[in-house]
Amino acid sequence: MTEPIRITAPLTDAVIEKLKAGDKVLITGVMYTARDAAHKRLIDLLNAGKELPVDLRGQIVYYVGPTPEKPGEVIGSAGPTTSGRMDAYTPRLIELGLKGMVGKGARSKEVRDSIIAHKAVYMAAVGGAAALIRRSIKKAEIIAYEDLGPEAIRRLEVVDFPAIVVNDIHGGDLFLQGVEKFRRVS
Amino acid sequence: MRQVSVKDITKKVRDLCISAACDLEPDVVSAIRSARDREESVLGKEVLGQIIENFEIAGKEHLPMCQDTGISVFFVELGREVALDGLLEDAINEGVRQGYKDGYLRKSVCHPLKRTNTGDNTPAIIHTSIVEGGKVKIKIAPKGAGSENMSRLKMLKPAEGVEGIKAFVVETVKEAGGNPCPPIVLGVGIGGSFEKCAINAKKALLRPLGTQNSDSDLNSLEQELLGKINDLGIGPMGFGGRITALAVHVEASPCHIASLPVAVNIQCHADRHKEVEI
Repeated sequence: MTEPIRITAPLTDAVIEKLKAGDKVLITGVMYTARDAAHKRLIDLLNAGKELPVDLRGQIVYYVGPTPEKPGEVIGSAGPTTSGRMDAYTPRLIELGLKGMVGKGARSKEVRDSIIAHKAVYMAAVGGAAALIRRSIKKAEIIAYEDLGPEAIRRLEVVDFPAIVVNDIHGGDLFLQGVEKFRRVS
Repeated sequence: MRQVSVKDITKKVRDLCISAACDLEPDVVSAIRSARDREESVLGKEVLGQIIENFEIAGKEHLPMCQDTGISVFFVELGREVALDGLLEDAINEGVRQGYKDGYLRKSVCHPLKRTNTGDNTPAIIHTSIVEGGKVKIKIAPKGAGSENMSRLKMLKPAEGVEGIKAFVVETVKEAGGNPCPPIVLGVGIGGSFEKCAINAKKALLRPLGTQNSDSDLNSLEQELLGKINDLGIGPMGFGGRITALAVHVEASPCHIASLPVAVNIQCHADRHKEVEI
């Protein structure tokens, strides 16, 4: 098995250009959490011509709604949620400069096209590996929508956060390529 | 009559909620370990390795293995000789309320349209049946949305028969792809009515992994479906591989002469279930 590639967030185009579907990566730096409810609010703000509570240019969004942290701890269990629920909102954010998404499951054609057109990358973390992933999150701070509880937008500082590249800018798609290799039926 | 205190039920439910979220049952642990040994995809093997490491950490550090600690689903068998000093559903909901607070579990239940969180993970979904004896048996199966969302129900025509059932089950898993966090467990409910087949599918998930269906026809159907599903190549997390499902469990009930209801309930690899007897 190949060694993981270490990448730093926020992301640059130079890093994104090198990533290919199936690459294992370890992310160090900043990621912002957001799920359905937070995405809806962001898009509502954009539709109203207002400024977002966070500048997403170059950033990675992690689709996660963690469990509550115990007293004195940084964060609770924090594995990825299903990315497809954010498909309706994602292309708009990519157009604004969002560079990376981390979640689980496949993306829509619109999102995949947007990834290619605007140089972004979609990565998957292992769904359900919430206690393991939690270890790579060193700092967490709510920066918007505290009323949403687990769905609030958090700024995370991560070290060696494990993920796998699913959709790259070259049109690579790990779900299609991986399943193709092992499928025994037409 | 045997007196049972609802306070006792609440306490037991509270503890069940927390332990179900943090400690994976041995049948699931051994099914996942065996899947890792059998998986041919290198990446798939590695994913299963992370899943194993994850539930080991969760158990050791008393952390929820998944951040989606689910909506709380209960199957209760209430002995007909039991006299309760209060309402069963209230007692269970109070246990959920306490368990989700004390266990630092995520409250994931909201109003369906307003989407406002109820704040305490209630109301629980409770299925109760009255049985012989003087005991109360409570089974909990917290259910995450990633896999629940990929579940399907279809009213087939009787002419579609068993082939129609197989096609629908396989198609459901294929469409689900990596979304429900494979390797999955499938609960399939056949027959009954619209709601009965869904409950059968859910109930089928509670049968311990590695056990055989007592009905030999259903047992062969389970094996055939498992083979077809694993031939799809979806693999762990949908990254491609041999092990898409750990098991297929089928429960069947008689149905109307004009109907053939089928429900497919998908369960993720964090197949959390616990039970207690009072």
